[in-house]
Amino acid sequence: MSVVPTEVAQPDLDADVEVPWITIVWNDPVNLMSYVTFVFMQYFKYDRAKAERLMLDVHEKGKAVVSSGSRDEMERDVTAMHGYGLWATLEKAR
Amino acid sequence: MAVVSPLPSGADGARIELEEVEAALLRSLAEQLRDFVAPESADAEDPLVALVGLDPTATTPDDPALLRLLPDAYPDDEEASSRFRRFTERDLRVAKAGNAEAVIAALDARGLTIDVAGEDIDRWLGFLNDTRLTLGVRLDISEESHDELAALPEDDPRATLFQVYDWLTFLQESLIQRLMRSE
Repeated sequence: MSVVPTEVAQPDLDADVEVPWITIVWNDPVNLMSYVTFVFMQYFKYDRAKAERLMLDVHEKGKAVVSSGSRDEMERDVTAMHGYGLWATLEKAR
Repeated sequence: MAVVSPLPSGADGARIELEEVEAALLRSLAEQLRDFVAPESADAEDPLVALVGLDPTATTPDDPALLRLLPDAYPDDEEASSRFRRFTERDLRVAKAGNAEAVIAALDARGLTIDVAGEDIDRWLGFLNDTRLTLGVRLDISEESHDELAALPEDDPRATLFQVYDWLTFLQESLIQRLMRSE
């Protein structure tokens, strides 16, 4: 009895569904540090410590990755951030 | 000067007590922001526009203040940014104009003492922030220029604008500090 090797389907690593996207919030000179923290807590439901850490990254490093997921999810998050007046963009995670 | 205090009921939110001149200023700013950000074609005659909020005419704004309120979503991909804008900008404009409208309604209904709670919290903070963003672009505010603008002589036309900006900052910050305490 011999075993015939079967073809194993390889996942397509380049397919869009496999590649996570990220939402980035950028620093700007008008938004208050307290407001940015408030938005991260209010919209993402992050606890205060995480929201403040992300806010400080935005303030000190110029930007922070605030969420990741599918492209659709990130478009929703970016729209919400624009609704609050935060400067946000999305891109493919590298 | 405006006073922000806890809600008497103890619920999440804040009470804003305004002076008459402050209420008039806030109302005027809310009207201006509403008119500035509302969709350019108010009546959605195209059934597709009416149905899904898709606006085939939405393009990147030329006015830098409007661009700050309605930014590009894909910094390195013009085509994706345009597509995103056609699908989302109209709703975003309607939401921002709606925030300003809610502030106007509260001022008209409740006069100088306004309790902000529930979904009004995001609306008030969003309105205050959008107005500061708009003034910030007009005043060319940067991390460094704050002190310079604060020291402008009174006859400089930007001095009044900066006073308004500073007052909005004070009001927004007071509101947030109160709301964070009630978290």
